[in-house]
Amino acid sequence: MSSHAVKLYSKGVVLGYKRGLRNQHENTSLIRVQGVNEKKDTDFYMGKRVAYVYRASHKKPAVMKRARKANKVRVIWGKVTRSHGNSGVVRVQFRKNLPGQAIGASVRVMLYPSRV
Amino acid sequence: MGERGSRNPLLPGGVSRYSRSKMFARRASYKKRKTVAPAAKKPESRFVSKPMRGSKNGTTRNIPVRSTPKMYPTEDVRPKLKNRKINKPTRLRKSIQPGTVLILLANAHRGKRVVFLKQLKSGLLLVTGPYRVNGCPLRRVDQTYVIATQTRVDISKVNIPERVDDSYFRRQTKARKSKAEGEMFEETQTTYKASDERKADQKAVDAAILESVKKTPELLYYLRAKFTLHKGQYPHDMVF
Repeated sequence: MSSHAVKLYSKGVVLGYKRGLRNQHENTSLIRVQGVNEKKDTDFYMGKRVAYVYRASHKKPAVMKRARKANKVRVIWGKVTRSHGNSGVVRVQFRKNLPGQAIGASVRVMLYPSRV
Repeated sequence: MGERGSRNPLLPGGVSRYSRSKMFARRASYKKRKTVAPAAKKPESRFVSKPMRGSKNGTTRNIPVRSTPKMYPTEDVRPKLKNRKINKPTRLRKSIQPGTVLILLANAHRGKRVVFLKQLKSGLLLVTGPYRVNGCPLRRVDQTYVIATQTRVDISKVNIPERVDDSYFRRQTKARKSKAEGEMFEETQTTYKASDERKADQKAVDAAILESVKKTPELLYYLRAKFTLHKGQYPHDMVF
């Protein structure tokens, strides 16, 4: 069997929050997905799940029922809601709003829920 | 009600246009054929006699068939609306046909290319690796976690056993043993072991699939290889 790990997501970068010039709305984040430069290309990503993966200093304790091992890696899940502007930026709503330190950080745009 | 609705239009002020006697004439129900009223039902007995035990053994007592309620709510309770939901079968994407090679996108077998067999009654897809090719057994998978490729395997000669359905795949919950001391706090994780029945079914289905896979050159290697996105590969640009 071939490679152990497979990359089944597109890389994205958090640009910031949805905002006017002087006010921002943190419930929606703006994500630039790598390789998506036009609004018509964003259609593929509508509804796709997005994961903001980050590390913390403490391990969250293992929870048997949820099949979670004690891990320093944490995730905030979200989904692509719509496109933003004409250049392929996409709006994402996370279950919990992204923290400010996520701006500029990487995000994974998964390939599911798939419509292909 | 007349054909057009009510024979008695409502005037402004909440007053009806026609009086009761006028309505009698308008309805003319005296002209209509009278249906025979059904014979009166014999009133059901409200009491039932039950035998008594104990000190009064042998005698009977009358208890009401419908006992008075134990509790009367303080406010009127509105009866709940009936659930009229009809569950329709899950629509299968047109791109997914029996024999289509699917790419699994999540969980244990992510990235693997598997063969789609059929859609089960629950709406989930039944797929198989085949097991010897890429380690994916007969498995249920949701449509949304799958990319359908345009590659097809001919599975017309594959005979999927009748017993392979949703209940076949249901997780078996262990029977709760009586709590012994200390057992309550031990969470033993039992590793999954495939039953002989599963192994037999797997072999049967896979044998037929492998036969048709081997007819196409390199299809075997294609099923073995995992799908992954490389640098510069963008899924929105891809045709699967």
